[in-house]
Amino acid sequence: MAETGQLTHAPVGLPTLSRVTLLRIAIIVAILTIWEATAASGLLFRDVVPSLLVIGRAVANLLVENDFYWHLGVTAGEVGTGLAIGGLAGLVVGIALGANRFLSQAFESYLYYLGPTPKIIFFPVMIMWFGVGPGSKVAMGTISCFFPIALSVAAGMRQIDEVLIRVGRSFRANTWQMVTKIYLPAMRAPIVNGVRLGLGVAIIGTLLAETKLSNRGVGFLIINSYSTFNMPRMYSLLIVVFVLAIGANVLVSRWGNLEAVKGR
Amino acid sequence: MAALTKTRAFPAFVGIFALVAAITLIELLIRVGVINRFIVPLPSQIAMSFERVIVEEGIPERFWLTLREAFWATVLLTVFGVGIGVLLHRIRTLRLATETWVAAMASAPTVLMYPLFLVIFGRSANTIIMMGFVAGLAPVILKTVEGLAGTRRVLIDVGRSFKLTPWQLYWKILFPAALPSIFVGIKLGMIFALINIVGVEFLINFGGLGQLINELAERYDLAGTYAAICFVILVSVLFFMFTERVEQWLRPVN
Repeated sequence: MAETGQLTHAPVGLPTLSRVTLLRIAIIVAILTIWEATAASGLLFRDVVPSLLVIGRAVANLLVENDFYWHLGVTAGEVGTGLAIGGLAGLVVGIALGANRFLSQAFESYLYYLGPTPKIIFFPVMIMWFGVGPGSKVAMGTISCFFPIALSVAAGMRQIDEVLIRVGRSFRANTWQMVTKIYLPAMRAPIVNGVRLGLGVAIIGTLLAETKLSNRGVGFLIINSYSTFNMPRMYSLLIVVFVLAIGANVLVSRWGNLEAVKGR
Repeated sequence: MAALTKTRAFPAFVGIFALVAAITLIELLIRVGVINRFIVPLPSQIAMSFERVIVEEGIPERFWLTLREAFWATVLLTVFGVGIGVLLHRIRTLRLATETWVAAMASAPTVLMYPLFLVIFGRSANTIIMMGFVAGLAPVILKTVEGLAGTRRVLIDVGRSFKLTPWQLYWKILFPAALPSIFVGIKLGMIFALINIVGVEFLINFGGLGQLINELAERYDLAGTYAAICFVILVSVLFFMFTERVEQWLRPVN
């Protein structure tokens, strides 16, 4: 309680750091021990909590499987295409809403309130429009990432220093020049943040669509392992997907920070 | 006319007008055959099917079921999220050790664990509630810690000068000061929970509103599917507006 107001930053020092590291190791060991004990006890249904050794073997098997990389490539292609289309559309709409106060007052509330709706409910419509193949998964990725990117860019546009805009106008920059020379460089941080959020929801939207109706992709592999009750494989797929999704998120954030440092 | 365009309501009016114009245009394009009516039903058909979907498909019961699932998920994530947040705030080393893990959990696609939860809890409301809980937990923890840690130093010093016990300091100073931030966390958690609850209902074809969309789509009831989707969007928007109002009410007055 004594240090209540001072907790926002970790003090730099070896003793605290080692204590934190030790605690992290202790937590991981405790979780793994509880997991292994539960697996050995038979308290839950057989195979629902498989032994760590079995899960480790399943992860190793998955990583040497050529088939897995093909499915991963399909999902990555769908997520990438969805992010490219949704991101570009979000960027254009965000710039339009951020630059024009009237458009923002007229239409931004629709985006703001539609943003938090569950996008997976649009999947039946996407199937009707784009078929059961990769098209409907790309569409799911697109509509998932459009909203966070558009809203983030619109908010970023409004935070641009007015002086920069006036400098651009005083040089008689046309709309294209204003976008490429002033708006986009000044909005690097909100754009990266929007892409980071958009990437996360695009991965979720695409993978969920694959679990619902598909014969390819990592989402299909997860639901297929559920259907065949292959629990170690399901755990291994979830571990790999989580690591990749969190890794992609961290990479985009690091890239944004790196660009921000370069820009200073 | 010039006076009308300067009013604050004018942009909103233009927004509504554009929406109505877009719907009318779609209706016309379907009627003249530019858009296939077997893929996109007439907006007028969708509007007509609202009553049928509400009465015949038992929307009130389904809505109530989804609301109950969302309620229990919110109770769980409030109790555990705020509890864990307070614990992390009190034990500094624990916070330093685990805060990045909680942040990573917030960005992880936890909803993909639904097949795992199906195996553990079965095809039941428990799976849906637990998925909502897991999805909404991280923001509640993070915002609780942020709110408690961000309490103004002067308030804590006032509490100490009155020789408050640690328990009193929490209940009289820290917790009220952190309440707006905690509510932002609960609001985010509730939104994530609701998104996941409706999503999982749709995916596992069980429960309330999400299942209705799946059922109507499988019956190829196009107008009904679109009407149900519109209904879910309406519910989400109203829910979001309600939580925003509560958040504004809790926000301290400057």
